[in-house]
Amino acid sequence: MAGLAATFGSGAMTNSIDELTDADVIFVIGSNTPTAHPLVATRLFRARAKGGRVIVVDPRGISLRKQADLYVQHKLGTDAALINGIMYVILKEGWENKAFIESRTEGFDAFRAVVDQYPPERVSQITGVSEQDIRTMAEWYAKAEKASIVYCMGITQHTTGVDNVKSLANLSMLTGQIGRESTGVNPLRGQNNVQGACDMGGLPNVYPGYQPVLNEAVREKFGAAWKAEGWEVSLDQGVGLTIPDMLHALDHGEMRALYVVGENPVMSDPDQHHVEQALAKAELLVVQDIFLTETARMAHVVLPGCSYAEKDGTFSNTERRVQRVRAAVKPVGQSRPDWEIIQDLSNRFGYPMHFESPARIMEEITQVTPQYAGIRFDRLEGEGIAWPCPTLDHPGTRFLHKDKFVKGLGTFFPIEFKPPAETPDPEYPMWLTTGRAHVHYHTGTMTRNSPTLHAQMPDGYVELNPAKAREIGVEPGGSVRLSTRRGSITAAAMVTERVPADTVFVTFHFIEANGNVLTNTALDPIVKIPEFKVCAVRVEAA
Amino acid sequence: MSYQATKTTCPYCGCGCNFYLESVDGRLVGIVPDKSSPVNQGKLCVKGWTAFEFVQSPRRLQTPLIRKNGELVPASWDEALDFVAGGLKKIVKESGPRSVGVFASAKITNEDNYVLQKFARAGIGTNNVDHCARL
Ligand code: SF4
Repeated sequence: MAGLAATFGSGAMTNSIDELTDADVIFVIGSNTPTAHPLVATRLFRARAKGGRVIVVDPRGISLRKQADLYVQHKLGTDAALINGIMYVILKEGWENKAFIESRTEGFDAFRAVVDQYPPERVSQITGVSEQDIRTMAEWYAKAEKASIVYCMGITQHTTGVDNVKSLANLSMLTGQIGRESTGVNPLRGQNNVQGACDMGGLPNVYPGYQPVLNEAVREKFGAAWKAEGWEVSLDQGVGLTIPDMLHALDHGEMRALYVVGENPVMSDPDQHHVEQALAKAELLVVQDIFLTETARMAHVVLPGCSYAEKDGTFSNTERRVQRVRAAVKPVGQSRPDWEIIQDLSNRFGYPMHFESPARIMEEITQVTPQYAGIRFDRLEGEGIAWPCPTLDHPGTRFLHKDKFVKGLGTFFPIEFKPPAETPDPEYPMWLTTGRAHVHYHTGTMTRNSPTLHAQMPDGYVELNPAKAREIGVEPGGSVRLSTRRGSITAAAMVTERVPADTVFVTFHFIEANGNVLTNTALDPIVKIPEFKVCAVRVEAA
Repeated sequence: MSYQATKTTCPYCGCGCNFYLESVDGRLVGIVPDKSSPVNQGKLCVKGWTAFEFVQSPRRLQTPLIRKNGELVPASWDEALDFVAGGLKKIVKESGPRSVGVFASAKITNEDNYVLQKFARAGIGTNNVDHCARL
């Protein structure tokens, strides 16, 4: 998000999902699309059927490689070097889009000076990718009429996450593969409403619509919009804390109360023991969820929210499309829609709120959020509307940055390659990487309570290369212990060529073998994304 | 018997596929993909096909719970909400609004998130609002 926002002025997917079908080249990096976003993957297959080419770049031999015209397995955490190498070739061969660079971007010279230091010979050494493959990727992408980039958590969950995203943005601007149909830089959102939670200001530095909390005019606008009888609104003047910083503040006694709605940080944050330790220090921990999650078990008060099937509202998908959620059945037990619970709590706290329905809430959202200004529930009956939608008769926006970037000129950022924060050493000699499995979703709260999905994959597992399995004497299904500087877990081995011999892979869906006991809390300095994707590990038979 | 099909959006991944939740006499029984959806065009993945199952799981939370003598025990809404409102007021009064944090969520609706951050910012008075977009 921060990476794209800095470059283009908006952190969202630039193009819509269906446009991928018509791309000539799709560059997929750090996204196990068939697993994490199956219905996006269908567009990749269709694009190929129409003669398009798919390039898949991933350190793990994900199943998508079988559908790729070119599959490239680079070393973990070397994304920025690889992309610099591709751009070096493009510049060397003169395949860049000079008119686009001239009229629509800034910062090119400083950027070029860095890229010039990444000839294929050097990049090949850093990344393990052959010089020929680097050249092929450069040629296909740059020469395509329409080329799209698709990426996911494999790019962002590094200490260099923001750099990686900026690198991809550089690549698109260098070749003018942005601001047109079937091009662009497209982050696929992991969870269903990540886009909406960001749009609605579920972030410490912005109000709804990405309006900065540090901007005084913006603050005044919200102060006025949120006035209520009998209450003096006094808005925080500074940027708030991110989740890792809040956990740190709890741990150090600077934060005393935490209200968690629909999140399960014990499972989803890196370094589970540290999270538990921080949460245990809260004087008041309130958790609102639909199940008694691992986090809820630690709470002082648990409030039963109801599920998507029992309430009205909207979700915004990964292509910015705002779509309706409709109640199909009554809430189970005494559970209630989250907005009602929060409103009731706010009234008891002293700040009056009187929304009658989600449709009324949306009306207030549209008054303070420019991107949503033209959205109303009755306009969402058919296919939904992709924002920006500035007026009541605006049809919504398929792709962003058409004639100019949201922020004006697009900015090239020079990006140097930095190795991952933790690399293997004699004590922890292998790479550990984490991710998700197709039948499960995030921390498993919903999917493990679904009998069909649970039956398909009841236990967590570790992916291990056959050579390594032989070396440590583990049979398929046998027990292995993984240890990092933060803790250790035991799980069954899934012996597979998907992972290289020096790497193991674990998922974070399962509490009994949760990969996040092991992962590293080293953070990207700008957006504070934990380095989930790589750390050093020791692997033994257990 | 009363059969209903309600069009809605999948709760799992960011694709945002559309489907109809089928219910018989107020219980969910199945899912039919929406053929007119520009996102999924009549298709769903295995998660979408089964997205009704967890809704009526016996493990769903049925009532508010409050910790008493170390254990979470059922409580009324009034008791639970008054307890939380009172606790937050006391802490804000003693240590200021920044001593409270709020986790919003990528799983709840836009309207839920909007009301939550509004409560945090205009009610409690803190910008300590975040969700796991990063994760
Ligand atoms: S049906 Fe599958 S691909 Fe579609 S939104 Fe749900 S989880 Fe994602």
